[in-house]
Amino acid sequence: MALISAINPLLTAGWQTGGHEWRMEKDAGWRLKDYEARGGYKALRKIINDKLTQDDVIGEVKKSALRGRGGAGFPTGLKWGFMPKAAPVKYIVCNTDEGEPGTFKDRDLLRYDPHSVIEGMIIAGYAVGAALGYNYIHGEIYEIYQRFEEALDEARAAGYLGGNILGSGFNFDLFAHQGWGAYICGEESALLESIEGKKGQPRFKPPFPANVGLYGKPTTINNTESFAAIPFIFNIGGENYLNLGKPNNGGTKLYSVSGHVNRPGNYEVPMGTPFATLLEMAGGMRGGRKLKAVIPGGSSAPVLPAEIMMDCTMDYDSLAKAGSMLGSGAVIVMDETVCMVKALERLSYFYFEESCGQCTPCREGTGWLYRIVHRIEHGQGRADDLELLNSLTENIMGRTICALGDAAALPVRSFTKHFKSEFEYHIEHKKCLVPPDVQYEGSKIYVRPSAC
Amino acid sequence: MLDIEIDGQALQVAEGSTIMEAAHQIGTYIPHFCYHKKLSIAANCRMCLVQVEKAPKPLPACATPVTNGMKVQTHSEQALTAQKGVMEFLLINHPLDCPICDQGGECQLQDISVGYGGGASRYQEEKRVVVNKNLGPLVATDMTRCIHCTRCVRFTQEIAGLMELGQAYRGEHAEIMSFVGQTVDSELSGNIIDLCPVGALTSKPFRFSARTWELARRKSVSPHDGLGANLIVQTKHDRVMRVLPLENEEINECWISDKDRYSYEALNSPERLTKPMLKHGGEWHEVDWQKALDYVAHAFRDIAKNHGAAALGALAAPQATLEELHLTQKLLRGLGSENIDCRLRQSDFSDDGKRAGAPWLGMKIAELNQLDRVLVIGSFLRKDHPLITQRLRQAAKRGCQVSLVHSADDNPLLNVFAKSIVAPAQLPQFLAQVVKAAAEQKGAAAGLDAGIAALSVTPDAQRIAASLVSGANTAVFLGNFAQQHAQAATLHALAQQLASITGAKFGYLGEAANSVGAYIAKAVPAAGGLNAAQMIATPLKGYLVLQAEAELDCANPQQALAALKQAATVVVLSPFKLAGALDYADVLLPVAPFSETSGSFINTEGRVQSFNGVVKPLGDTRPAWKVLRVLGNLLGLAGFEQNSSEEVRDEALGGKPQFVGEKLDNRVNGVAPKLTPAIFAMTTIQRIADVPIHFADALVRRAPSLRQSKDAAKPAARMNAAMLAKFGLAAGDQARIRQGTGEALLTTQLDAGLPDGCVRVAAAHPLTATLGAMSGEITVERA
Repeated sequence: MALISAINPLLTAGWQTGGHEWRMEKDAGWRLKDYEARGGYKALRKIINDKLTQDDVIGEVKKSALRGRGGAGFPTGLKWGFMPKAAPVKYIVCNTDEGEPGTFKDRDLLRYDPHSVIEGMIIAGYAVGAALGYNYIHGEIYEIYQRFEEALDEARAAGYLGGNILGSGFNFDLFAHQGWGAYICGEESALLESIEGKKGQPRFKPPFPANVGLYGKPTTINNTESFAAIPFIFNIGGENYLNLGKPNNGGTKLYSVSGHVNRPGNYEVPMGTPFATLLEMAGGMRGGRKLKAVIPGGSSAPVLPAEIMMDCTMDYDSLAKAGSMLGSGAVIVMDETVCMVKALERLSYFYFEESCGQCTPCREGTGWLYRIVHRIEHGQGRADDLELLNSLTENIMGRTICALGDAAALPVRSFTKHFKSEFEYHIEHKKCLVPPDVQYEGSKIYVRPSAC
Repeated sequence: MLDIEIDGQALQVAEGSTIMEAAHQIGTYIPHFCYHKKLSIAANCRMCLVQVEKAPKPLPACATPVTNGMKVQTHSEQALTAQKGVMEFLLINHPLDCPICDQGGECQLQDISVGYGGGASRYQEEKRVVVNKNLGPLVATDMTRCIHCTRCVRFTQEIAGLMELGQAYRGEHAEIMSFVGQTVDSELSGNIIDLCPVGALTSKPFRFSARTWELARRKSVSPHDGLGANLIVQTKHDRVMRVLPLENEEINECWISDKDRYSYEALNSPERLTKPMLKHGGEWHEVDWQKALDYVAHAFRDIAKNHGAAALGALAAPQATLEELHLTQKLLRGLGSENIDCRLRQSDFSDDGKRAGAPWLGMKIAELNQLDRVLVIGSFLRKDHPLITQRLRQAAKRGCQVSLVHSADDNPLLNVFAKSIVAPAQLPQFLAQVVKAAAEQKGAAAGLDAGIAALSVTPDAQRIAASLVSGANTAVFLGNFAQQHAQAATLHALAQQLASITGAKFGYLGEAANSVGAYIAKAVPAAGGLNAAQMIATPLKGYLVLQAEAELDCANPQQALAALKQAATVVVLSPFKLAGALDYADVLLPVAPFSETSGSFINTEGRVQSFNGVVKPLGDTRPAWKVLRVLGNLLGLAGFEQNSSEEVRDEALGGKPQFVGEKLDNRVNGVAPKLTPAIFAMTTIQRIADVPIHFADALVRRAPSLRQSKDAAKPAARMNAAMLAKFGLAAGDQARIRQGTGEALLTTQLDAGLPDGCVRVAAAHPLTATLGAMSGEITVERA
């Protein structure tokens, strides 16, 4: 852990310190000159100057134990290794369709440090032998899409992108693609469909994108944060990167902390940092209220009650062991003023609205789940509703092409499991366990003391 | 081969198969909705989830490739739970009102829900309601019933070639719809009705007219294009209620065109002729058969006696059955006349007497899929041959290079490798260039005619030739337009030469259901006889018109009408009271359409397909073969003793062959291509005539639903922008088209793909029946 004081935080080094307000007012440091001043593009130069082979590059990423930062946590180096060497046309795609409720790390990465992503993608292109890349940026952050375009222009002008990069004979160009806000387009194969100009719907796998991806060609698709981590892995060495975190959970990770904390925002900490530390960094609980529950990995991750969460460290393995997942690192903190039925109703509505409509269980099931939870929340729950919910989630999970079905089912299962009494109270008493005025005090939105 | 096990049964399957295909191999049924063997895999309905050993969750059988040693359970507890779970989801938003659904009784969802559905629903919320869509006159929608299997979407995209349907919106709000405000206009659109596993897409003309279990299913054969699609004709109370495809992988696979599917409506048309009719003193009278046939026999005998038998002629439609054609030619020849022809739309007959056999496809229809290089000369592919085009579309998807040479640039909705659109008069010239280029590329240029050798070759011709030369399984086809071309013999000679240089198969895309059968039945003139064009150009005294509507089916309607009007006796055998015939005919004999008679068609690959009548003849209608047979007796001719249509068929074929292979040969010997110097100095305007798909024969013209389709739009005067400008016209203006002695008033339409110097005016339509030959000079002026 000696390195950490010297380098930490890695990704957020260029973001300055001083809090969100400072960044909004003195938004600077994202330009190429600033990035280069921070040591940007050194990793790419080093790879090219040392004439590293593709296997060398992939090997270094494997050593770092970098795991996909988009949510699934698949080892990045392994993924790169799946790309067929002989294929003449290959693509690199960056997934910045950050649609998971609670997640806002990629937005800030592109806002404050777009060149780290660009450099990461160039290195990825070099490693897998791709000459073309796309960054799919979701529709709600148009100004960031524009900034990324500017950053691309800078990189092109400086010779980092285009033909014969830095005189290496390696060609790579990169384009930004603006999405229009469909959550499902964050699923990698739906994202590829969307780039192709089709309706965003996940493809059946296998074949995986590494074999049949964008326009039917082998494609590596990674999360924005994964790409952003690549230059640092080469700057400090794969093993050093791994050592920042825990075994099998290498490096540092960005957490988007939201909810009832004093300082919501993005925090970068090494993998394996205790949740308590992260909560403290975010300023602790707002109003000093008691922590009730945490969704540790974005809205599709199972919720964990406070007592379990306070014992967890923030990494893939620890949270999996606790029955949830690290996901995209969106930590949604809920205090005692939260009605868990109301919270689940909102989550269920989200998945109901965002199901692509392709697979029967998800298309029909998400609406059914939402309607039942909605009914319970509005005092029309029935005695067997919890059993029905449980049975429906069983019929949805693992029965669909992509993971959206699971994403819709997991919150329902975890909420009704950990907060069963609250649901039962709702059904029996046709009202909330948490009094409406307390709820209103906690959120000031959505809940009117008179309604609920 | 891979060794796998399904429900404990060991089997070997080919590598790359899916679990679904493997299960089919051993007859194990796995419930499914979105899977269809002819469509891409969507894996979206999730009904076919099965348990696979070592897989953590159930896998879709339709999309999961088998691996060696795989053990699959299709009815284990895990599989059944998954299947039942999916079934429950499918039913929650589906109306459970089968008794008022048109699909009831033939619904996959209904059937499978019996096995996998629950007795009561756990869903007590409001059901989804989806607004119906207008997909045109043929397909009705009940979109609330849709289960989003996307078979229809995939069909339009993959089989019909144009994505006319899509799934809009997301999740529970998802809806299948056409592009904003558009209808589904594919000539294959009716197949989405068969594909739809629920009652969301049903047949507009048929819906709510009968229940499937009330209908008798009879096999039949399509009487329209040269493919000879196999049909199931469904009848109730001696009335044809609807037509469905009968699956035949070698011919129509599991599809039929809309023309095949909906033309049955004409069978119940009020225009049906139900009693023999005679014209006396300008008045029509219904008479009995005896009187009518006596009249005909006397009239023909008189003409033969007074003017010689050569003053008699027969014009038969190529949609007539083999038996009808056989007896017609026998009758004429028995009387001593050699004047009989079925090739009513042909205009160049200089190949006659030089043919080695009957012209045909030159290969089996199923072999189209294996081609890797194709050149189609002069064909309105999609509209003339919907399902042959579909096969070429699949071949092109596989990598087959399809090239086109034609005079109109209609989109065939397939991946075209190279095309050249030239004026009709330039077609021989261009084809000769391809011949020259191919010969040069093959190093065989030495044997070329001087006329061809002297041509300069355009890059287009070079490219097409290079494609053909590079193929391993190549074919050259002549389409309807080439067969009807004024220099058809030259086109044939050039295509034949090109095929022999490139080692390609050479064939005709047969125009009509019995175009091949007409040759086999010898319903074409031998030496000394008059062909169809001559019979109307040099008027005869007596005509027998079989199943044809001369003013719409002949190449030159003006001439045909004049010839029939001046004749002393015109006998028309038709199922319909034809408006034109009421004017020029003397006798109208009600004969059975394909649904009311037994008979045979020989399709374009030479396959003999016999069928039975599916309903009783309407009124006093009689099968034409019986009418002709009795007429033969009344005329005292020998050889009219047959007691069944089978006897007639066997006589015509000299046995019971399934294929008439040995009589088929596309070669023509001793015809030198006539490469007249390009005659279009742009001083004259050439007509390009297509035969609109829903006006191609007497039956399809009278099907009301098809007449509302986009393909049945009124013919327009179509030309390119330069031609419009030349005549000072704008698209949408009225133009007066003159040809020969007649004229037609048509709306002009921009068709950017047409060559200069040409105006496209459809044939076979009452609006243009006043005009002359399908190919020829016309004049255009502002009306």
